[in-house]
Amino acid sequence: MSDETQFDDRFRVPPALDETNRFFWTSGADGRLRFLRCAACGYWLHPPSPWCPECGGRDVAPEAVSGRGVVHSVTVNHQAWDGDQTPYAVALVELDEQAGLRLTTNIVGVDPELVTIDDRVHVVFEQRGDVYYPLFELDPDPAPAFRPDPDRNSDR
Amino acid sequence: MSAFERRSIISGIGQSAVGRRLGRSGVDLTIEASLAAIADAGLDVADIDGLATYPGASPGGEAFSGPSSPEIQDALRLKVNWHSGGLEGPAQLAAVVNAVLAVGAGLANHVLVYRTVTEASAQGAGGRAGIGVGGAGADSIATKGIGGVLQWSIPFRAYSPAIWLALVAQRHFHTYGTTSEQLAQIALNQRRNAAENPNAVYREPLTLDDYFASRMIATPFHLFDCDAPVDGSTAFVVSRAEHASALDHAAVGIESVGTALKGRPSWDQFDDMTTMAARDAGAMVWTRTELTPADVDVAELYDGFSFLTMVWLEALGFCGKGESGAFVEGGTRIALDGALPVNTHGGQLSAGRLHGFGHIHEACVQLRGEGGARQVAGAEVAAVANGGGPIGGAMLLVRER
Ligand SMILES: [Zn+2]
Repeated sequence: MSDETQFDDRFRVPPALDETNRFFWTSGADGRLRFLRCAACGYWLHPPSPWCPECGGRDVAPEAVSGRGVVHSVTVNHQAWDGDQTPYAVALVELDEQAGLRLTTNIVGVDPELVTIDDRVHVVFEQRGDVYYPLFELDPDPAPAFRPDPDRNSDR
Repeated sequence: MSAFERRSIISGIGQSAVGRRLGRSGVDLTIEASLAAIADAGLDVADIDGLATYPGASPGGEAFSGPSSPEIQDALRLKVNWHSGGLEGPAQLAAVVNAVLAVGAGLANHVLVYRTVTEASAQGAGGRAGIGVGGAGADSIATKGIGGVLQWSIPFRAYSPAIWLALVAQRHFHTYGTTSEQLAQIALNQRRNAAENPNAVYREPLTLDDYFASRMIATPFHLFDCDAPVDGSTAFVVSRAEHASALDHAAVGIESVGTALKGRPSWDQFDDMTTMAARDAGAMVWTRTELTPADVDVAELYDGFSFLTMVWLEALGFCGKGESGAFVEGGTRIALDGALPVNTHGGQLSAGRLHGFGHIHEACVQLRGEGGARQVAGAEVAAVANGGGPIGGAMLLVRER
Protein backbone atom coordinates (compact mmCIF):
# COMPACT_ATOMS: atom_id res chain seq x y z
CA MET A 1 0.00 0.00 0.00
CA SER A 2 1.52 3.28 -1.06
CA ASP A 3 1.09 6.28 1.14
CA GLU A 4 1.47 9.27 -1.15
CA THR A 5 0.22 8.26 -4.56
CA GLN A 6 -0.54 11.25 -6.78
CA PHE A 7 -3.01 10.11 -9.41
CA ASP A 8 -3.82 13.20 -11.37
CA ASP A 9 -4.41 16.90 -11.21
CA ARG A 10 -8.16 16.70 -11.31
CA PHE A 11 -10.28 19.05 -9.34
CA ARG A 12 -11.35 17.90 -5.88
CA VAL A 13 -13.43 19.83 -3.40
CA PRO A 14 -11.57 19.47 -0.09
CA PRO A 15 -13.23 18.56 3.19
CA ALA A 16 -13.44 21.33 5.78
CA LEU A 17 -11.31 19.96 8.59
CA ASP A 18 -12.48 20.29 12.17
CA GLU A 19 -11.92 18.53 15.48
CA THR A 20 -14.33 15.71 14.62
CA ASN A 21 -13.04 14.72 11.17
CA ARG A 22 -9.36 15.70 11.09
CA PHE A 23 -8.21 12.22 12.13
CA PHE A 24 -10.06 10.67 9.19
CA TRP A 25 -8.89 13.03 6.47
CA THR A 26 -5.25 13.12 7.62
CA SER A 27 -5.04 9.43 8.50
CA GLY A 28 -3.32 8.44 5.26
CA ALA A 29 -0.11 10.24 6.29
CA ASP A 30 1.18 6.88 7.55
CA GLY A 31 -0.61 4.89 4.86
CA ARG A 32 -3.38 3.66 7.14
CA LEU A 33 -7.12 4.29 6.99
CA ARG A 34 -8.82 4.95 10.32
CA PHE A 35 -12.35 5.04 11.68
CA LEU A 36 -13.68 5.67 15.15
CA ARG A 37 -14.03 2.46 17.14
CA CYS A 38 -15.81 1.68 20.39
CA ALA A 39 -13.32 0.57 23.04
CA ALA A 40 -15.93 -1.48 24.87
CA CYS A 41 -17.42 -3.59 22.08
CA GLY A 42 -15.27 -3.00 19.00
CA TYR A 43 -18.02 -1.48 16.85
CA TRP A 44 -16.75 0.83 14.09
CA LEU A 45 -18.55 4.19 13.86
CA HIS A 46 -18.86 6.11 10.63
CA PRO A 47 -19.40 9.00 10.15
CA PRO A 48 -17.69 9.97 13.43
CA SER A 49 -20.10 10.00 16.37
CA PRO A 50 -19.52 10.20 20.14
CA TRP A 51 -21.85 7.36 21.17
CA CYS A 52 -21.72 3.67 20.31
CA PRO A 53 -25.14 2.52 19.08
CA GLU A 54 -24.20 -1.11 19.74
CA CYS A 55 -23.40 -0.91 23.44
CA GLY A 56 -23.95 2.69 24.49
CA GLY A 57 -20.24 3.17 25.07
CA ARG A 58 -18.80 6.68 25.10
CA ASP A 59 -15.16 5.67 24.78
CA VAL A 60 -14.52 5.90 21.05
CA ALA A 61 -11.21 6.60 19.34
CA PRO A 62 -9.64 6.36 15.89
CA GLU A 63 -8.22 2.98 15.02
CA ALA A 64 -6.63 1.68 11.82
CA VAL A 65 -8.44 -0.78 9.60
CA SER A 66 -6.92 -3.15 7.07
CA GLY A 67 -7.84 -0.87 4.18
CA ARG A 68 -9.29 -3.87 2.40
CA GLY A 69 -12.84 -4.22 1.25
CA VAL A 70 -15.27 -5.04 -1.50
CA VAL A 71 -17.12 -2.96 -4.06
CA HIS A 72 -20.71 -2.77 -2.79
CA SER A 73 -21.82 -0.68 -5.74
CA VAL A 74 -20.19 1.31 -8.51
CA THR A 75 -21.27 3.81 -11.16
CA VAL A 76 -19.31 5.31 -14.02
CA ASN A 77 -19.91 9.04 -14.10
CA HIS A 78 -19.98 10.68 -17.52
CA GLN A 79 -21.39 14.10 -16.68
CA ALA A 80 -18.74 16.84 -16.58
CA TRP A 81 -19.91 18.31 -13.26
CA ASP A 82 -16.51 19.87 -12.59
CA GLY A 83 -15.61 20.47 -16.21
CA ASP A 84 -13.62 17.27 -16.68
CA GLN A 85 -15.06 15.13 -19.48
CA THR A 86 -13.18 11.96 -18.52
CA PRO A 87 -15.44 9.21 -17.14
CA TYR A 88 -14.59 8.06 -13.62
CA ALA A 89 -15.77 5.43 -11.17
CA VAL A 90 -17.63 6.39 -8.00
CA ALA A 91 -18.11 3.42 -5.69
CA LEU A 92 -19.46 2.34 -2.37
CA VAL A 93 -16.70 0.30 -0.75
CA GLU A 94 -17.59 -1.86 2.21
CA LEU A 95 -14.65 -2.43 4.55
CA ASP A 96 -13.80 -5.97 5.60
CA GLU A 97 -13.91 -5.06 9.28
CA GLN A 98 -17.67 -4.68 9.56
CA ALA A 99 -20.75 -5.31 7.42
CA GLY A 100 -22.25 -1.97 6.43
CA LEU A 101 -19.10 0.07 7.15
CA ARG A 102 -18.89 1.86 3.83
CA LEU A 103 -17.21 4.77 2.10
CA THR A 104 -18.28 6.63 -0.97
CA THR A 105 -15.01 6.82 -2.90
CA ASN A 106 -13.34 6.46 -6.27
CA ILE A 107 -11.83 3.34 -7.79
CA VAL A 108 -8.63 4.47 -9.49
CA GLY A 109 -5.82 3.03 -11.55
CA VAL A 110 -8.16 1.07 -13.81
CA ASP A 111 -10.56 1.67 -16.69
CA PRO A 112 -13.71 2.63 -14.75
CA GLU A 113 -15.85 0.45 -17.02
CA LEU A 114 -13.97 -2.61 -15.74
CA VAL A 115 -14.93 -2.15 -12.09
CA THR A 116 -17.76 -4.42 -10.98
CA ILE A 117 -19.71 -5.06 -7.80
CA ASP A 118 -18.03 -7.60 -5.50
CA ASP A 119 -14.55 -6.74 -6.77
CA ARG A 120 -11.92 -6.87 -4.03
CA VAL A 121 -10.19 -3.52 -3.41
CA HIS A 122 -7.59 -1.90 -1.17
CA VAL A 123 -7.08 1.68 -0.09
CA VAL A 124 -4.58 4.06 -1.67
CA PHE A 125 -4.21 7.69 -0.69
CA GLU A 126 -4.15 10.81 -2.80
CA GLN A 127 -2.42 13.59 -0.90
CA ARG A 128 -3.28 17.24 -1.37
CA GLY A 129 -1.84 19.40 1.37
CA ASP A 130 -2.96 18.07 4.76
CA VAL A 131 -5.64 15.91 3.28
CA TYR A 132 -5.18 12.28 2.24
CA TYR A 133 -8.18 11.22 0.17
CA PRO A 134 -8.87 7.49 0.69
CA LEU A 135 -9.34 6.02 -2.78
CA PHE A 136 -9.29 2.38 -3.76
CA GLU A 137 -7.61 0.16 -6.33
CA LEU A 138 -8.61 -3.28 -7.48
CA ASP A 139 -6.66 -6.10 -5.83
CA PRO A 140 -4.29 -7.72 -8.34
CA ASP A 141 -5.28 -11.23 -7.28
CA PRO A 142 -8.33 -12.58 -5.53
CA ALA A 143 -7.61 -12.66 -1.81
CA PRO A 144 -9.69 -14.42 0.81
CA ALA A 145 -12.01 -11.95 2.49
CA PHE A 146 -11.64 -11.38 6.19
CA ARG A 147 -15.07 -11.44 7.79
CA PRO A 148 -15.81 -10.70 11.41
CA ASP A 149 -18.00 -12.79 13.68
CA PRO A 150 -21.48 -12.27 12.18
CA ASP A 151 -23.01 -12.26 15.66
CA ARG A 152 -21.11 -9.11 16.55
CA ASN A 153 -21.27 -5.72 14.95
CA SER A 154 -24.08 -6.82 12.69
CA ASP A 155 -25.39 -4.29 10.23
CA ARG A 156 -28.77 -3.01 11.31
CA MET B 1 -61.98 6.15 12.79
CA SER B 2 -60.19 8.62 14.99
CA ALA B 3 -56.97 8.82 13.00
CA PHE B 4 -55.89 12.42 12.60
CA GLU B 5 -55.75 12.05 8.84
CA ARG B 6 -59.58 11.78 8.56
CA ARG B 7 -60.15 15.16 10.17
CA SER B 8 -58.82 16.97 7.08
CA ILE B 9 -59.53 17.20 3.37
CA ILE B 10 -57.69 18.78 0.49
CA SER B 11 -60.39 21.29 -0.38
CA GLY B 12 -58.62 23.26 -3.08
CA ILE B 13 -55.82 22.81 -5.60
CA GLY B 14 -53.99 25.34 -7.73
CA GLN B 15 -51.05 25.49 -10.05
CA SER B 16 -49.29 28.42 -11.67
CA ALA B 17 -48.01 28.50 -15.19
CA VAL B 18 -45.31 25.82 -15.45
CA GLY B 19 -42.48 26.08 -17.91
CA ARG B 20 -38.84 26.29 -18.78
CA ARG B 21 -37.59 29.77 -17.87
CA LEU B 22 -40.75 31.74 -17.30
CA GLY B 23 -38.75 34.73 -16.08
CA ARG B 24 -41.19 35.35 -13.23
CA SER B 25 -40.44 35.59 -9.52
CA GLY B 26 -41.14 32.78 -7.11
CA VAL B 27 -43.50 35.01 -5.14
CA ASP B 28 -45.45 35.85 -8.30
CA LEU B 29 -45.83 32.16 -9.20
CA THR B 30 -46.78 31.29 -5.63
CA ILE B 31 -49.49 33.95 -5.50
CA GLU B 32 -50.91 32.68 -8.78
CA ALA B 33 -51.10 29.09 -7.51
CA SER B 34 -52.34 30.12 -4.05
CA LEU B 35 -55.17 32.33 -5.29
CA ALA B 36 -56.29 29.50 -7.59
CA ALA B 37 -56.28 26.98 -4.73
CA ILE B 38 -58.12 29.31 -2.36
CA ALA B 39 -60.81 30.06 -4.94
CA ASP B 40 -61.07 26.35 -5.78
CA ALA B 41 -61.72 25.68 -2.09
CA GLY B 42 -64.59 28.16 -2.15
CA LEU B 43 -62.74 30.47 0.22
CA ASP B 44 -61.43 34.01 0.40
CA VAL B 45 -57.85 34.89 1.24
CA ALA B 46 -59.09 36.12 4.62
CA ASP B 47 -60.36 32.61 5.46
CA ILE B 48 -56.82 31.17 5.42
CA ASP B 49 -55.59 30.78 9.00
CA GLY B 50 -52.62 28.47 8.49
CA LEU B 51 -49.59 28.36 6.21
CA ALA B 52 -47.06 25.66 5.35
CA THR B 53 -44.36 25.21 2.74
CA TYR B 54 -41.50 22.94 1.82
CA PRO B 55 -38.87 24.04 2.38
CA GLY B 56 -39.02 27.82 2.44
CA ALA B 57 -35.75 29.61 3.11
CA SER B 58 -33.01 26.97 3.02
CA PRO B 59 -29.34 26.51 2.12
CA GLY B 60 -30.45 25.13 -1.25
CA GLY B 61 -30.95 28.68 -2.50
CA GLU B 62 -34.02 30.59 -3.59
CA ALA B 63 -34.56 28.80 -6.92
CA PHE B 64 -34.81 25.46 -5.13
CA SER B 65 -36.44 26.62 -1.92
CA GLY B 66 -39.12 28.95 -3.20
CA PRO B 67 -40.33 31.94 -1.22
CA SER B 68 -40.22 31.67 2.57
CA SER B 69 -43.51 31.37 4.42
CA PRO B 70 -43.07 34.87 5.94
CA GLU B 71 -42.78 36.30 2.41
CA ILE B 72 -46.06 34.69 1.37
CA GLN B 73 -47.79 35.48 4.63
CA ASP B 74 -46.86 39.11 4.13
CA ALA B 75 -47.72 39.25 0.43
CA LEU B 76 -51.20 37.88 1.11
CA ARG B 77 -51.50 39.68 4.48
CA LEU B 78 -52.50 36.37 6.08
CA LYS B 79 -53.52 36.27 9.74
CA VAL B 80 -52.43 32.79 10.70
CA ASN B 81 -52.90 30.73 13.84
CA TRP B 82 -50.21 28.28 12.74
CA HIS B 83 -47.34 28.32 10.22
CA SER B 84 -44.47 26.05 9.28
CA GLY B 85 -41.63 25.47 6.84
CA GLY B 86 -38.42 23.51 6.69
CA LEU B 87 -36.28 21.06 4.82
CA GLU B 88 -36.33 18.20 7.32
CA GLY B 89 -39.15 15.67 7.42
CA PRO B 90 -40.81 13.04 5.22
CA ALA B 91 -39.66 14.67 1.97
CA GLN B 92 -41.65 17.41 0.25
CA LEU B 93 -44.79 15.77 1.57
CA ALA B 94 -43.81 17.08 5.01
CA ALA B 95 -45.57 20.37 4.34
CA VAL B 96 -48.87 18.60 3.62
CA VAL B 97 -48.52 16.25 6.58
CA ASN B 98 -47.76 19.21 8.83
CA ALA B 99 -50.90 20.97 7.61
CA VAL B 100 -53.01 17.86 8.18
CA LEU B 101 -51.57 17.55 11.68
CA ALA B 102 -52.32 21.20 12.42
CA VAL B 103 -55.92 20.95 11.23
CA GLY B 104 -56.39 17.64 13.00
CA ALA B 105 -55.10 19.18 16.21
CA GLY B 106 -57.44 22.15 15.91
CA LEU B 107 -54.74 24.76 15.35
CA ALA B 108 -56.15 25.91 12.02
CA ASN B 109 -59.26 25.56 9.85
CA HIS B 110 -57.83 26.24 6.38
CA VAL B 111 -54.11 25.86 5.74
CA LEU B 112 -52.51 27.12 2.54
CA VAL B 113 -49.69 24.74 1.50
CA TYR B 114 -47.32 25.54 -1.36
CA ARG B 115 -44.13 24.43 -3.09
CA THR B 116 -42.46 26.74 -5.60
CA VAL B 117 -39.39 26.28 -7.79
CA THR B 118 -37.63 28.55 -10.28
CA GLU B 119 -34.81 26.13 -11.05
CA ALA B 120 -35.10 26.42 -14.82
CA SER B 121 -34.57 30.17 -14.77
CA ALA B 122 -31.74 29.80 -12.27
CA GLN B 123 -30.02 27.21 -14.39
CA GLY B 124 -30.11 29.50 -17.40
CA ALA B 125 -28.53 28.26 -20.57
CA GLY B 126 -25.87 26.18 -18.85
CA GLY B 127 -26.05 22.58 -17.70
CA ARG B 128 -27.09 21.36 -14.30
CA ALA B 129 -24.55 22.28 -11.66
CA GLY B 130 -22.84 19.88 -9.35
CA ILE B 131 -22.96 20.56 -5.62
CA GLY B 132 -19.88 22.40 -4.40
CA VAL B 133 -18.59 23.03 -7.90
CA GLY B 134 -18.20 26.48 -9.39
CA GLY B 135 -17.50 29.78 -7.80
CA ALA B 136 -14.09 30.93 -6.83
CA GLY B 137 -12.44 33.14 -4.30
CA ALA B 138 -11.93 32.98 -0.57
CA ASP B 139 -15.57 32.19 0.26
CA SER B 140 -16.10 29.39 -2.26
CA ILE B 141 -16.50 25.79 -1.14
CA ALA B 142 -13.64 24.82 -3.42
CA THR B 143 -11.38 27.03 -1.29
CA LYS B 144 -12.79 26.62 2.21
CA GLY B 145 -13.76 22.98 1.92
CA ILE B 146 -17.03 21.20 2.48
CA GLY B 147 -18.32 20.10 5.87
CA GLY B 148 -21.31 18.25 7.25
CA VAL B 149 -22.70 15.19 5.53
CA LEU B 150 -21.59 16.33 2.08
CA GLN B 151 -17.93 15.88 3.04
CA TRP B 152 -18.45 12.12 2.55
CA SER B 153 -19.42 12.43 -1.10
CA ILE B 154 -18.34 15.70 -2.72
CA PRO B 155 -14.55 15.24 -2.24
CA PHE B 156 -14.89 12.02 -4.25
CA ARG B 157 -16.44 13.95 -7.13
CA ALA B 158 -19.86 12.50 -6.31
CA TYR B 159 -21.38 15.90 -6.95
CA SER B 160 -25.02 15.07 -7.53
CA PRO B 161 -27.95 12.95 -6.37
CA ALA B 162 -27.67 11.47 -9.88
CA ILE B 163 -24.47 9.75 -8.76
CA TRP B 164 -25.66 8.87 -5.25
CA LEU B 165 -28.82 7.28 -6.61
CA ALA B 166 -26.99 5.61 -9.50
CA LEU B 167 -25.14 3.62 -6.84
CA VAL B 168 -28.49 2.45 -5.43
CA ALA B 169 -29.77 1.55 -8.88
CA GLN B 170 -26.59 -0.35 -9.74
CA ARG B 171 -26.90 -2.37 -6.53
CA HIS B 172 -30.53 -3.12 -7.40
CA PHE B 173 -29.57 -4.18 -10.94
CA HIS B 174 -26.82 -6.42 -9.55
CA THR B 175 -28.94 -8.00 -6.81
CA TYR B 176 -32.20 -8.52 -8.68
CA GLY B 177 -31.23 -8.65 -12.34
CA THR B 178 -33.00 -5.41 -13.16
CA THR B 179 -32.19 -4.16 -16.68
CA SER B 180 -31.81 -0.85 -18.46
CA GLU B 181 -34.63 -1.88 -20.81
CA GLN B 182 -36.90 -2.17 -17.78
CA LEU B 183 -35.74 1.14 -16.30
CA ALA B 184 -36.39 2.84 -19.64
CA GLN B 185 -40.08 1.98 -19.36
CA ILE B 186 -40.47 4.58 -16.60
CA ALA B 187 -39.25 7.37 -18.86
CA LEU B 188 -41.30 6.11 -21.81
CA ASN B 189 -44.44 5.78 -19.69
CA GLN B 190 -44.13 9.29 -18.32
CA ARG B 191 -43.66 10.72 -21.80
CA ARG B 192 -46.72 8.90 -23.16
CA ASN B 193 -48.78 10.33 -20.30
CA ALA B 194 -47.37 13.83 -20.76
CA ALA B 195 -48.70 13.81 -24.31
CA GLU B 196 -52.17 13.88 -22.73
CA ASN B 197 -51.28 16.69 -20.30
CA PRO B 198 -51.39 20.18 -21.88
CA ASN B 199 -49.33 21.58 -18.98
CA ALA B 200 -46.43 19.13 -19.34
CA VAL B 201 -43.12 20.58 -20.58
CA TYR B 202 -42.02 17.61 -22.74
CA ARG B 203 -44.82 16.07 -24.82
CA GLU B 204 -43.22 14.88 -28.05
CA PRO B 205 -42.98 11.08 -28.43
CA LEU B 206 -40.00 9.29 -26.90
CA THR B 207 -38.92 5.89 -28.19
CA LEU B 208 -36.72 3.22 -26.69
CA ASP B 209 -34.13 4.07 -29.35
CA ASP B 210 -34.25 7.75 -28.33
CA TYR B 211 -33.73 6.68 -24.74
CA PHE B 212 -30.66 4.57 -25.45
CA ALA B 213 -29.25 7.19 -27.82
CA SER B 214 -29.35 9.86 -25.12
CA ARG B 215 -26.10 10.57 -23.36
CA MET B 216 -25.11 8.71 -20.23
CA ILE B 217 -25.07 10.74 -17.00
CA ALA B 218 -23.94 8.07 -14.52
CA THR B 219 -24.51 4.39 -15.21
CA PRO B 220 -27.26 3.24 -15.48
CA PHE B 221 -28.87 6.67 -15.78
CA HIS B 222 -29.27 8.21 -19.22
CA LEU B 223 -30.34 11.82 -19.68
CA PHE B 224 -33.98 10.73 -19.91
CA ASP B 225 -33.78 9.13 -16.47
CA CYS B 226 -33.29 12.58 -14.92
CA ASP B 227 -36.11 15.06 -14.31
CA ALA B 228 -36.44 18.42 -16.03
CA PRO B 229 -36.00 21.62 -13.99
CA VAL B 230 -38.90 24.05 -14.43
CA ASP B 231 -40.37 27.20 -12.97
CA GLY B 232 -43.72 26.75 -11.31
CA SER B 233 -45.75 26.69 -8.13
CA THR B 234 -48.30 24.25 -6.76
CA ALA B 235 -50.66 25.08 -3.90
CA PHE B 236 -53.30 23.29 -1.86
CA VAL B 237 -55.77 24.22 0.81
CA VAL B 238 -56.04 21.68 3.61
CA SER B 239 -59.33 22.23 5.46
CA ARG B 240 -61.34 20.71 8.27
CA ALA B 241 -63.29 17.74 6.89
CA GLU B 242 -66.59 19.52 7.62
CA HIS B 243 -65.77 21.94 4.79
CA ALA B 244 -66.42 19.20 2.19
CA SER B 245 -70.12 20.03 1.98
CA ALA B 246 -69.31 23.60 0.92
CA LEU B 247 -67.33 22.52 -2.17
CA ASP B 248 -68.61 22.46 -5.74
CA HIS B 249 -66.34 19.50 -6.50
CA ALA B 250 -65.40 16.25 -4.80
CA ALA B 251 -63.26 16.63 -1.72
CA VAL B 252 -60.02 14.68 -1.49
CA GLY B 253 -59.68 12.79 1.76
CA ILE B 254 -56.43 11.87 3.45
CA GLU B 255 -56.67 8.15 4.17
CA SER B 256 -53.25 7.55 5.67
CA VAL B 257 -49.71 8.89 5.73
CA GLY B 258 -46.30 7.22 5.74
CA THR B 259 -43.68 9.26 7.56
CA ALA B 260 -41.39 6.62 9.03
CA LEU B 261 -37.60 6.49 8.70
CA LYS B 262 -35.94 3.54 10.43
CA GLY B 263 -32.70 3.07 8.54
CA ARG B 264 -29.68 5.33 8.82
CA PRO B 265 -30.43 8.58 6.95
CA SER B 266 -27.29 8.36 4.83
CA TRP B 267 -26.57 7.84 1.14
CA ASP B 268 -23.86 5.28 1.93
CA GLN B 269 -24.61 3.81 5.38
CA PHE B 270 -28.26 2.76 4.86
CA ASP B 271 -28.67 -0.93 5.68
CA ASP B 272 -30.29 -1.87 2.35
CA MET B 273 -28.76 0.04 -0.53
CA THR B 274 -31.39 -1.20 -2.99
CA THR B 275 -34.24 0.83 -1.45
CA MET B 276 -33.55 3.35 1.38
CA ALA B 277 -36.09 5.63 3.13
CA ALA B 278 -39.00 4.72 0.86
CA ARG B 279 -39.07 1.28 2.47
CA ASP B 280 -40.22 2.55 5.86
CA ALA B 281 -42.52 5.35 4.68
CA GLY B 282 -44.16 2.99 2.19
CA ALA B 283 -44.73 0.25 4.75
CA MET B 284 -46.23 2.69 7.27
CA VAL B 285 -49.00 3.78 4.90
CA TRP B 286 -50.64 0.34 5.15
CA THR B 287 -50.54 0.28 8.95
CA ARG B 288 -52.98 3.20 9.14
CA THR B 289 -55.71 2.01 6.77
CA GLU B 290 -57.79 -1.03 5.96
CA LEU B 291 -57.12 -0.50 2.27
CA THR B 292 -54.53 -2.64 0.51
CA PRO B 293 -52.33 -2.08 -2.55
CA ALA B 294 -54.99 -3.86 -4.63
CA ASP B 295 -57.43 -1.02 -3.84
CA VAL B 296 -55.24 1.66 -5.41
CA ASP B 297 -56.52 2.99 -8.75
CA VAL B 298 -53.70 5.36 -9.62
CA ALA B 299 -50.14 5.85 -8.30
CA GLU B 300 -48.23 9.13 -8.47
CA LEU B 301 -44.73 8.04 -7.46
CA TYR B 302 -41.82 10.46 -7.24
CA ASP B 303 -39.51 10.43 -10.24
CA GLY B 304 -36.76 12.94 -9.69
CA PHE B 305 -34.97 10.03 -11.30
CA SER B 306 -36.77 7.22 -13.10
CA PHE B 307 -35.41 4.60 -10.73
CA LEU B 308 -37.16 6.17 -7.75
CA THR B 309 -40.54 5.22 -9.19
CA MET B 310 -39.37 1.60 -9.18
CA VAL B 311 -38.21 1.94 -5.59
CA TRP B 312 -41.63 3.25 -4.58
CA LEU B 313 -43.47 0.49 -6.47
CA GLU B 314 -41.66 -1.98 -4.22
CA ALA B 315 -41.82 0.09 -1.05
CA LEU B 316 -45.59 0.53 -1.34
CA GLY B 317 -46.10 -3.16 -2.02
CA PHE B 318 -47.39 -2.95 -5.58
CA CYS B 319 -44.88 -5.67 -6.34
CA GLY B 320 -42.49 -7.75 -4.30
CA LYS B 321 -39.06 -6.66 -3.15
CA GLY B 322 -36.73 -6.62 -6.14
CA GLU B 323 -39.58 -7.23 -8.59
CA SER B 324 -40.15 -3.71 -9.92
CA GLY B 325 -38.16 -4.46 -13.07
CA ALA B 326 -40.49 -7.28 -14.05
CA PHE B 327 -43.48 -5.18 -12.95
CA VAL B 328 -42.72 -2.37 -15.39
CA GLU B 329 -41.42 -4.62 -18.19
CA GLY B 330 -42.96 -3.63 -21.49
CA GLY B 331 -44.74 -0.71 -19.83
CA THR B 332 -48.30 -2.05 -20.17
CA ARG B 333 -49.02 -2.57 -16.48
CA ILE B 334 -48.17 1.03 -15.52
CA ALA B 335 -49.77 2.68 -18.56
CA LEU B 336 -52.93 4.82 -18.38
CA ASP B 337 -55.00 1.80 -19.38
CA GLY B 338 -52.95 -0.66 -17.34
CA ALA B 339 -53.63 -2.38 -14.04
CA LEU B 340 -51.85 0.40 -12.11
CA PRO B 341 -51.55 3.69 -13.99
CA VAL B 342 -48.39 5.45 -12.78
CA ASN B 343 -47.47 9.14 -13.00
CA THR B 344 -50.46 9.96 -15.14
CA HIS B 345 -49.43 13.60 -15.68
CA GLY B 346 -46.01 12.72 -17.03
CA GLY B 347 -44.13 12.85 -13.73
CA GLN B 348 -41.16 15.09 -13.19
CA LEU B 349 -39.37 13.44 -16.11
CA SER B 350 -41.79 14.89 -18.66
CA ALA B 351 -44.20 17.27 -16.88
CA GLY B 352 -41.41 19.07 -15.01
CA ARG B 353 -39.69 19.06 -11.66
CA LEU B 354 -42.37 20.56 -9.41
CA HIS B 355 -40.61 18.61 -6.70
CA GLY B 356 -43.20 16.22 -5.37
CA PHE B 357 -46.11 18.64 -5.36
CA GLY B 358 -46.84 17.87 -9.01
CA HIS B 359 -47.53 14.28 -7.97
CA ILE B 360 -49.84 15.36 -5.15
CA HIS B 361 -51.66 17.74 -7.50
CA GLU B 362 -52.15 15.02 -10.09
CA ALA B 363 -53.53 12.60 -7.49
CA CYS B 364 -56.17 15.21 -6.59
CA VAL B 365 -56.95 15.85 -10.27
CA GLN B 366 -57.49 12.14 -10.86
CA LEU B 367 -59.64 11.62 -7.75
CA ARG B 368 -61.79 14.60 -8.75
CA GLY B 369 -62.23 13.18 -12.26
CA GLU B 370 -60.67 16.24 -13.87
CA GLY B 371 -57.88 14.51 -15.81
CA GLY B 372 -59.39 15.03 -19.27
CA ALA B 373 -57.72 12.82 -21.86
CA ARG B 374 -55.52 11.24 -19.20
CA GLN B 375 -58.32 10.56 -16.68
CA VAL B 376 -58.29 7.09 -15.16
CA ALA B 377 -61.94 6.03 -15.13
CA GLY B 378 -63.42 5.64 -11.67
CA ALA B 379 -60.28 6.62 -9.74
CA GLU B 380 -61.21 6.55 -6.06
CA VAL B 381 -57.93 5.72 -4.31
CA ALA B 382 -54.56 7.28 -5.15
CA ALA B 383 -51.12 6.54 -3.74
CA VAL B 384 -48.67 9.46 -3.63
CA ALA B 385 -44.97 9.25 -2.85
CA ASN B 386 -42.34 11.95 -2.55
CA GLY B 387 -38.60 11.80 -2.15
CA GLY B 388 -35.79 9.34 -2.61
CA GLY B 389 -32.59 8.17 -1.00
CA PRO B 390 -32.51 9.04 2.71
CA ILE B 391 -35.78 11.00 2.64
CA GLY B 392 -39.23 9.75 1.77
CA GLY B 393 -42.91 10.31 2.48
CA ALA B 394 -46.06 8.71 1.19
CA MET B 395 -49.79 8.98 1.56
CA LEU B 396 -53.05 7.51 0.37
CA LEU B 397 -55.68 9.92 -0.87
CA VAL B 398 -59.33 9.01 -1.49
CA ARG B 399 -62.25 10.56 -3.31
CA GLU B 400 -64.83 11.64 -0.73
CA ARG B 401 -68.45 11.14 -1.68
ZN1 LIG C 1 -19.79 -0.25 21.69
